[in-house]
Amino acid sequence: MRPLVRLWRRSLRTRVVATTVLLSTAVILIVGFALLRDVAGGLADNRREVAIAEARAGFEQAQSQLDAAVDTERAPQSQALTQLVDSLAATKGEVRSYDLVLHGPLGAAGQAPVRSSGDLDLADVDPDLVKQVGSEQGVFWTFSSLSTVGSPDRTPVVTVGSRVTDPGSHEQYALYYVFSMADQQETLDLVRNALLSGGAVLLIMVGMVAWLVSRQVVDPLRLLRRIAERFAAGNLEQRMHVKGDDDIARLSSSFNQMAESLQSQIRRLENLSMLQQRFVSDVSHELRTPLTTVQMASQVLLEARGDFDPQTARSAELLNAELGRFEALLSDLLDLSRFDAGAATLELDPVDLAEVAKAAAADESLVRAQISATALGVAEPAVVDADIRRVDRMVRNLLANAIRYSQSQTLEISVAQAADRVSLSVRDHGVGMTAEQVRRVFDRFWRGDPARSHGGTGLGLAISREDAALHGGRLEVWSKPGLGTEFILTLPRNVGEQVSGAVMPAEFE
Amino acid sequence: MTVRRSKHDRVLVVDDDAALAEMLAIVLEGEDLRTRICNTGDEVMAAFEQFRPDVILLDRMLPGIDGMEVCRQIRAVSGVPIIMLTAKGDTTDIVDGLEVGADDYITKPFRNNELVARVRARLRRTDPLAGRIEFGEIVLDPQAHTVTRDGKPVSLTPLEFDLLACLISAPEQVFSREVLLQKVWGYHHPGDTKLVNVHMTRLRQKIEDDAESPRVIRTVRGVGYQAIAPAAD
Repeated sequence: MRPLVRLWRRSLRTRVVATTVLLSTAVILIVGFALLRDVAGGLADNRREVAIAEARAGFEQAQSQLDAAVDTERAPQSQALTQLVDSLAATKGEVRSYDLVLHGPLGAAGQAPVRSSGDLDLADVDPDLVKQVGSEQGVFWTFSSLSTVGSPDRTPVVTVGSRVTDPGSHEQYALYYVFSMADQQETLDLVRNALLSGGAVLLIMVGMVAWLVSRQVVDPLRLLRRIAERFAAGNLEQRMHVKGDDDIARLSSSFNQMAESLQSQIRRLENLSMLQQRFVSDVSHELRTPLTTVQMASQVLLEARGDFDPQTARSAELLNAELGRFEALLSDLLDLSRFDAGAATLELDPVDLAEVAKAAAADESLVRAQISATALGVAEPAVVDADIRRVDRMVRNLLANAIRYSQSQTLEISVAQAADRVSLSVRDHGVGMTAEQVRRVFDRFWRGDPARSHGGTGLGLAISREDAALHGGRLEVWSKPGLGTEFILTLPRNVGEQVSGAVMPAEFE
Repeated sequence: MTVRRSKHDRVLVVDDDAALAEMLAIVLEGEDLRTRICNTGDEVMAAFEQFRPDVILLDRMLPGIDGMEVCRQIRAVSGVPIIMLTAKGDTTDIVDGLEVGADDYITKPFRNNELVARVRARLRRTDPLAGRIEFGEIVLDPQAHTVTRDGKPVSLTPLEFDLLACLISAPEQVFSREVLLQKVWGYHHPGDTKLVNVHMTRLRQKIEDDAESPRVIRTVRGVGYQAIAPAAD
């Protein structure tokens, strides 16, 4: 059932063909029934009229025979009545199309005798007709059916009844003519079969026509769909072939116009991105060379500061420190501009986040003496495909951030893993952040507390979030004022798969 | 490990930026090294012949013959250690430089001590082996600093020589890239696997029949490299 439903929902052609065939079936059935009813009615009316006419003639003949019998005998002998039936039933060399039932005398006590041709009985005559003939004068008729010996089907018949009177005894007899309608039934069956097979052939042809017609619409639509899919997959050269001037052709040319405009937009953006990328690379090279020289000179001065007077020595120190900051800022800005230009690339290697967490917790250049960092959940290797340089930078940024702003004495770095992703959490027990601060924490150049801004560039978390996104991962933050902050970095095992959320539950949800 | 440190070690500084070149020379001279400066690529070969440097510091971007071409020319005549100066993040530049024969690279901006450490690492001649090693068809002679394969000499740079020696002196042992960086390059670049990968490719091109399906040094995916012990026959 499900594949059928699927086919119905997915295939326009199936739907068109099925709907057409269903509706045609209904129309053919209605028309067929009406036709059949008219034909059947016509046939029956015709037969009835002929039957009544024939029966009237028969009644007159029966009455005249009875009248004639009066002249010869006083009362109609039972034999004479039988002879009457036989003579009425006798035809002139033709196939008899009726049988006779003579019932009477009417009104006698007990069951009146029945004489008939063709083994018929009074029971074969419709009881309503019997009653009508019994109570009124006149010719009456009815349609009914007879069961035939050796066949389950009943033959439709029209029965015409009337009374005949024996003028001698004045006794009344009911005489019934039972006309078979087998011929009419046969004709009707023929018509019905012709209608059925004709209808079936018609349906098949309508289905085929619907299929052919729907092809004219659906084939170009399918082609359009395939081309749109290829276009979406990045093959921007794909175009529809426009033929003619119909709706499909106009749809195709509209699609082509859309594709054209998209392609030119994309080209322009690509050009822009390339220009920006080149600019970044040029700036990088042009700025780095003098910066390197200045930094080297500053370090030479710094090493020789023992020979300087205190002011000059301090100047050398400040020069060196601020050059370091300048370098960090330049490097961060260039990284961000690479992200913005879409030019950031990954160098993938298997990276063990447990190892990274352990190394970070033990890194003395990061974790200063009065702050202790513990690594949790690092017994098992937690390997992901990632760019080690970026992972290292993210973890360092998170730690540096926690140390710089949280005023926390203890940090916990923990690692948890699932089948498809690995999370690394950096948790501090410091001052925490308000909801407003949490909202802005990844903004560029935003600092939670300007008083403690020293040392950072204000870009670390923004870059880390971009780094995480570049892997298909996430960097999320939870915080409560006074309780601390938790950053959770989640990376997919296979780079590019989007992660759904952190593996471990955050503490402040 | 014996370390030979000489006041007469010479460093050729090739950089088009006169201020940086001079600053490099000042810092290196402060470390008791002798220096010579070339500001264009065209002068390098002549200076190389005349000055006979022990290490070359080579900027990637040069007027005249560019850094890549200079590197190729020097490699054609000598295995002298070459350290490329590059801008950070230009990964393709770095790989290109390593592929034409640079032993190491340093990204601008750098700290003086980082520069000195790298130059020193390239000057340091390690002597890890007493005798010659026969490894299948490869014979490595540490004294003569030569390698032969099927009796034919193979020309390896000192760095490639050290890399090969490190791996085949411990057959079957898997060396991670980190360990190789430590042992062969002599200092720690955190996570810098390019360096190992590119040099391993160059080494394989010289010692393997088919560098695509190596039979001497195998890559252990996700871990590192190991020398496959030759079948005893």
